[in-house]
Amino acid sequence: MKSIEELAKIREQMKSKMALRESEGTIRVVVGMATCGIAAGARPVLNTLVEEVNKENLTDKVSVTQTGCIGICQYEPVVEVFEGDNKVTYVKMTSDKAKRVVAEHLIGGKVVEEYTIGANQAV
Amino acid sequence: MIRSHVMICGGTGCTASGSKQLQETLAQELEKKGLQDEIKIVQTGCFGLCALGPIMIIYPEGVFYSRVTVDDIPEIVEEHLLKGRIVQRLVHTDEQADQVVTSLAETSFYKIQHRVALRNCGVINPEDIDEYIAMDGYAALQKVLTEMTPDDVIQTLLASGLRGRGGAGFPTGQKWKFARAYDDDQKYVCCNADEGDPGAFMDRSVLEGDPHAVLEAMAIAGYTIGASQGYIYVRAEYPIAVKRLQIAIQQARDYGLLGDNILGTGFKFDIDLRLGAGAFVCGEETALMTSIEGKRGEPRPRPPFPAEKGLFQKPSILNNVETYANIPQIILKGADWFASMGTEKSKGTKVFALGGKIKHTGLVEVPMGTTLRQIVEEVGGGIPGGKKFKAAQTGGPSGGCIPAEYFDIPMDYDNLLAIGSMMGSGGLIVMDEDNCMVDIAKFFLSFTVDESCGKCTPCRIGTRRMLEILEKITDGKATMEDLDNLEELCYYVKANSLCGLGQTAPNPVLSTLRFFRDEYEAHIKEKRCPAGVCKHLLSFEIDPVKCKGCTACARKCPVNCISGAVKQPHVIDKEKCIKCGTCIETCKFGAISKK
Repeated sequence: MKSIEELAKIREQMKSKMALRESEGTIRVVVGMATCGIAAGARPVLNTLVEEVNKENLTDKVSVTQTGCIGICQYEPVVEVFEGDNKVTYVKMTSDKAKRVVAEHLIGGKVVEEYTIGANQAV
Repeated sequence: MIRSHVMICGGTGCTASGSKQLQETLAQELEKKGLQDEIKIVQTGCFGLCALGPIMIIYPEGVFYSRVTVDDIPEIVEEHLLKGRIVQRLVHTDEQADQVVTSLAETSFYKIQHRVALRNCGVINPEDIDEYIAMDGYAALQKVLTEMTPDDVIQTLLASGLRGRGGAGFPTGQKWKFARAYDDDQKYVCCNADEGDPGAFMDRSVLEGDPHAVLEAMAIAGYTIGASQGYIYVRAEYPIAVKRLQIAIQQARDYGLLGDNILGTGFKFDIDLRLGAGAFVCGEETALMTSIEGKRGEPRPRPPFPAEKGLFQKPSILNNVETYANIPQIILKGADWFASMGTEKSKGTKVFALGGKIKHTGLVEVPMGTTLRQIVEEVGGGIPGGKKFKAAQTGGPSGGCIPAEYFDIPMDYDNLLAIGSMMGSGGLIVMDEDNCMVDIAKFFLSFTVDESCGKCTPCRIGTRRMLEILEKITDGKATMEDLDNLEELCYYVKANSLCGLGQTAPNPVLSTLRFFRDEYEAHIKEKRCPAGVCKHLLSFEIDPVKCKGCTACARKCPVNCISGAVKQPHVIDKEKCIKCGTCIETCKFGAISKK
């Protein structure tokens, strides 16, 4: 038999799992998953992002989705973070880089400049 | 870690159009691509857009795919789930807005809908109690058991203005108050899920899509009136609803949300299912209770009302599925929230099952007071083939029709009663200019003749005599005197029948007589069916000018009544013609007409 506290616990746990079905969060993270992206290793990046967002309980405000080819295949895997009218484009991503983006950008609110397309073009 | 949920409708409509196979194929395909740990398949209840089924929605994008087939699955997996590219050709196109809409909420079908009773249908997996709990499920029961007295619950329901959704619209709070007032060692809470009107399927969809909402509301009712046992009387013809209810009851028992000492509060309540064998009369409250008792399902006179002597002669309440589905929301969000929707005397929302001559056959939930025009044109997408709206039938065999002149009537209990129809359980059958109103009345009456239980004479014999007169009219053999007799018989059956079935059986005749008397008279005086439906009054003819003598009709005619030489105009032998209409469909030159 469940107590009132246990019921509340189930509710909390399930809510975060089902948040996926709510209207999109305020921050939208989009991973380029076209052939070029997948070949360059976009899938582990996507999976890491989903895992980290769940682990950090960000599902209420962050949604992770895929998109097709953005057109900059040489920079894949590409991850774009949309927040309001702002867009930050991260390029040549890896799982480790994705973890840092979640920690510093999505939680900390600070863009990881060195992974952005601006920084990579300058090199 | 799951990154995407694929919702597939598992309601009766989409199951019939193949959603089960879809789910199996999708599971295999995900396995093949190694995506089974990233993508979760969720089987849901009805989304409402049954005409476009099978329906699939993919989150987090919320993309809405309609009429998906097994052959589409590899493309959806490869393109959408793997690469994130929406499969545009499967995305629903909104004909009214003339645009492709990717999310369900954007469709004109959903725009003016407001989902209260159907809020979880298509949103959660009805076979998973945890998903219901996540949507604040069983929070209302907890609130009632820990913070409210039974009188508080009754006050809340009375203030909300909730009225029974099964048809008659009796205030729910009032019903519970009466049953609470009687003192007895045992009382019962019953749920009427014996939905039997032709064209109505809202209760089925609630049970299939959100069964726990009904269980929760019944437990609240048990606490309020002081009952420890509930019964759901559900049609055996609803196998998916029955299965999901069984699963839901078992899950609720496992969690201690049904049984002894619920949530540690000491409150005891359990629910059992009773399967109905499909008799329409068992939707009537006293007949339903008699049937639960294991006897032949026949009504008994009232009073005593069930609140005093109901099931097993004990104080009982009986509410409809949709009524129950509203209650947990009212407890959680308050009476004022509920009363803010709807019209002065009809609060909240109403679910309608749209059927007949309408584009979006399916289930819709709109605030009370929404006009018929909005429901038919905006939500329902209008009438196919550019035909003209003639009337809508509400309330099934107990209701009546709403003609075109009342197209802008705000739909609520009292407005519909005022024009001789009734809300009924919410079946809404749309008819266009090709429907004969006498034929419609005959259809509903032949239904009640079949379903009359035979206990009382006015209903058993009266409805039979009425049907015979209607048959005379559609056969072109009636006189104006027959029409007068028919009308008199209507009032007699209405006034003298024992239960609601007989008392309302004449309504389809009375209401079509009221608004379409000219059609009845055309059948009688001119021996003509204006809509071209009644076979006995039709004759098929070939226009010799238009006929090219191609012989196509003669070859298709099932009774070989068309003759003529090649390249010569053909003729129909009217004696032999069975008026099946095959020749009209076959003719490429529009040379054949029916009059």
